[in-house]
Amino acid sequence: MKTGVRKILEKYGKDKTRLMDILIDVQSEYGFIPREITIQIAEELGMSEVDVDQTISFYHFFSQKPTGKYQIFLNNSAVANMMGRAEVAEAFTKELGIRFNEVTPDGLVGLFETSCIGMNDQEPAAIINNHIFTRLTPFRAKEIVRDIKEGKNMEDMVVADYGDGENRSDLIKSVVSNNIRKIGPILERNYKVGQAIEKITKMAPEQVIEEIKKSNMRGRGGAGFPTGLKWEFCRNATGERKYILCNADEGEPGTFKDRVILTERPRLLFEGMVVAGYAVGATEGILYIRHEYKYLQQYLESILQKARETNYLGKNIQGKKGFNFEIRIQFGAGAYVCGEESALIESAEGKRGEPRDRPPFPVEKGYLDMPTVVNNVETLCSVVKVVLNGGEWYKSFGTTESTGTKLLSISGDCRFPGVYEVVWGFSIDDILDMVGAGKEDVQAVQVGGPSGAIIAPNEFNRILGYEDLATGGSLIIIGKNRDILTNIVLNFMEFFIEESCGSCSTCRIVPTLLRNKLTKILNARGVKQDIEDMIEWGKILKASRCGLGQTAANPVLSSIKNFRYLYEEKIQKNKIFDNGFDLSAAVKESCRVTGRVPNI
Amino acid sequence: MSQFVRFTIDGTECMATRGQFLVDAAKENGIYVPTLCNYPGVKPKGSCRICTVRVNGKLMTACTTPVAEGMNIESEVKDIVELRKSIIELLFVEGNHFCPACEKSGNCELQALAYRFRMMVPRYPYQFPLKKVDASHPKIIKEQNRCILCKRCIRAIRDENGKSIFAYRRRSAKVEVVVDPKLGKQLTEELAQKAMDVCPVGSIIVKEKGFVTPIGERKYDRTPIGNDVENMQITTN
Repeated sequence: MKTGVRKILEKYGKDKTRLMDILIDVQSEYGFIPREITIQIAEELGMSEVDVDQTISFYHFFSQKPTGKYQIFLNNSAVANMMGRAEVAEAFTKELGIRFNEVTPDGLVGLFETSCIGMNDQEPAAIINNHIFTRLTPFRAKEIVRDIKEGKNMEDMVVADYGDGENRSDLIKSVVSNNIRKIGPILERNYKVGQAIEKITKMAPEQVIEEIKKSNMRGRGGAGFPTGLKWEFCRNATGERKYILCNADEGEPGTFKDRVILTERPRLLFEGMVVAGYAVGATEGILYIRHEYKYLQQYLESILQKARETNYLGKNIQGKKGFNFEIRIQFGAGAYVCGEESALIESAEGKRGEPRDRPPFPVEKGYLDMPTVVNNVETLCSVVKVVLNGGEWYKSFGTTESTGTKLLSISGDCRFPGVYEVVWGFSIDDILDMVGAGKEDVQAVQVGGPSGAIIAPNEFNRILGYEDLATGGSLIIIGKNRDILTNIVLNFMEFFIEESCGSCSTCRIVPTLLRNKLTKILNARGVKQDIEDMIEWGKILKASRCGLGQTAANPVLSSIKNFRYLYEEKIQKNKIFDNGFDLSAAVKESCRVTGRVPNI
Repeated sequence: MSQFVRFTIDGTECMATRGQFLVDAAKENGIYVPTLCNYPGVKPKGSCRICTVRVNGKLMTACTTPVAEGMNIESEVKDIVELRKSIIELLFVEGNHFCPACEKSGNCELQALAYRFRMMVPRYPYQFPLKKVDASHPKIIKEQNRCILCKRCIRAIRDENGKSIFAYRRRSAKVEVVVDPKLGKQLTEELAQKAMDVCPVGSIIVKEKGFVTPIGERKYDRTPIGNDVENMQITTN
């Protein structure tokens, strides 16, 4: 074991900023990270054990106990539940004879829950040993368990045909479908690699930035910071080296458009990173991808290798002296908060994904304290098109405030879930028409994932754009037969509780209190004051450091705002106070356990 | 560029050195911004959020934000005072804080802040979490019931090689501050005392020593917390 670990450490130059890669390799080699390996890593990297441990214990896909030869991570997103996850979960537990978070006694299979894995358009889905299984049914769950017990290879357990496009390629071979439903200027098929790189070799870096500024493009991750301005800040910052980080950690439940770009247009993305590197003066790029997309690793590595061979990466790119750029892939290990740019940087440095205090901003002091641009996958794809066609061209799409197009990830109760590239300014009504969701069947639309807002039909005329509904592109359509409070709001609150980094007092404590209040209301113990309390308590979260904390009350606050009647239907009308504690139920339970007869 | 910057806190004109953190700049101008996770000489982390102020309309933590020319800072305004009080109450319900039985009572900053903010009883439901006490180290006890996860010990206490002795473990509400099994055993008496002094509450306690200063005569028994009242004496009849 010792020499095996040493080999892994040497592969990463015994560099503690590469701790994530080291731990990912150890986890995949040994199935978990035993304490003696933690101690060995600490010693060889000159760290204390708790320093290594704090990184390991932060991430969902690292484990310190054996997790089974086969690890089943069943997605628990709201849409998975809408699509029948409960039955699949039951089939798994029944067939395996274990509960979630347990491993079978023979050490063969571990069963775990996991937050949204970016497959909302083909739920219920699970990750088993880095392979994706989509559209699960109880029958499929039984088949999978049977195959596992027979000791089948992962490849042989896939019975469905491979998905469309590159999902079929030798290096992916996955059942995942792209579900691209609408193609626009970013996803267009005629893209040819390298044209933008060739064009910028004849431009000054400042000219490239000027063109991006002219396009008025704003970051596609959700926050919407002007891309050109970000690049300019970074270009003007002083630092020995500069970095381009691509944020492919899309963890907002309901979003999966980056998965599709990574599958179908990775060359476009890498070209965008090179363009950004040239503009900013960076020589190294890191593609930070969520661990859930590990099944794309070999494929993406091979494309990078091809780019090196054709000199679209490397030294003196396309003959331009001093134009050097290299890209490496950094995987995460399961943490939504790493989608926040400074948390992503921390994680890429091998640490816990805790957001940093700002200032300083990443453009001044980012990765390894060097000036760093962090851009979303879609943003970097869009800049290639701006370079090729000009800022004015880009501005001809969308609205004044929100130029260009947006990739939407649409899922839930509609006929055609998938990825749609639309121009900004599309209304919710148009979207429902587009995806085959009858208006009379739709109760609500969740815009922007859990951190966004839940919209009622009276607001379906609102438009997508920074001037109205800003979004990173996740839209979940909620049908008439859904119980919004249980299916959506409670699920989202559990998500925020699980995904908080725990650093800010506010985000660590308040979501749990809100969830408990909601549960109290769902248990018919709520009173009017509970609704008022939730509104008041939710405000506290605004004082959190990062976007996760600041928006963690949104599921509750926006559903109270737009669906208050759902809460009011559930509360007790004749009571002004209820401590939520059911004495007779508790006594009954205790009597059942102790074998006594209740006398109340 | 001048070395000094001018700004206002709740309308009062202030002046400070450029780049100074807001809490320190306020202090120099005789204004108190309550803090808890902040500690002199240690890199600020902004994790407790009690020093939240509104800078030009935006909520920021005063311990991590450097002052800049022309900043308009709101601190002692109703909603922010209420927010700070809320956070103190949240910290009380998150852990298990029984002041009368705590060695740190009277020297505890959380307790002192609760008095200062006139907290009678938290408005939030107690969580009564199940927490452990780690008494496995020769010099200190790590009492998790009282830990407010402020990271002061993590940031301030290191061994001679700069290695962490204290660190976070896990995430979300399950996060805890743990002691390195090996380095915790080697902790010197001096460093153990420093760790206890750095801890704002009674979560790090030096073993085999207690109540050297009797309750009633301790720091905050005599003077309330806050640089604006440091000359004030608490009198009892």
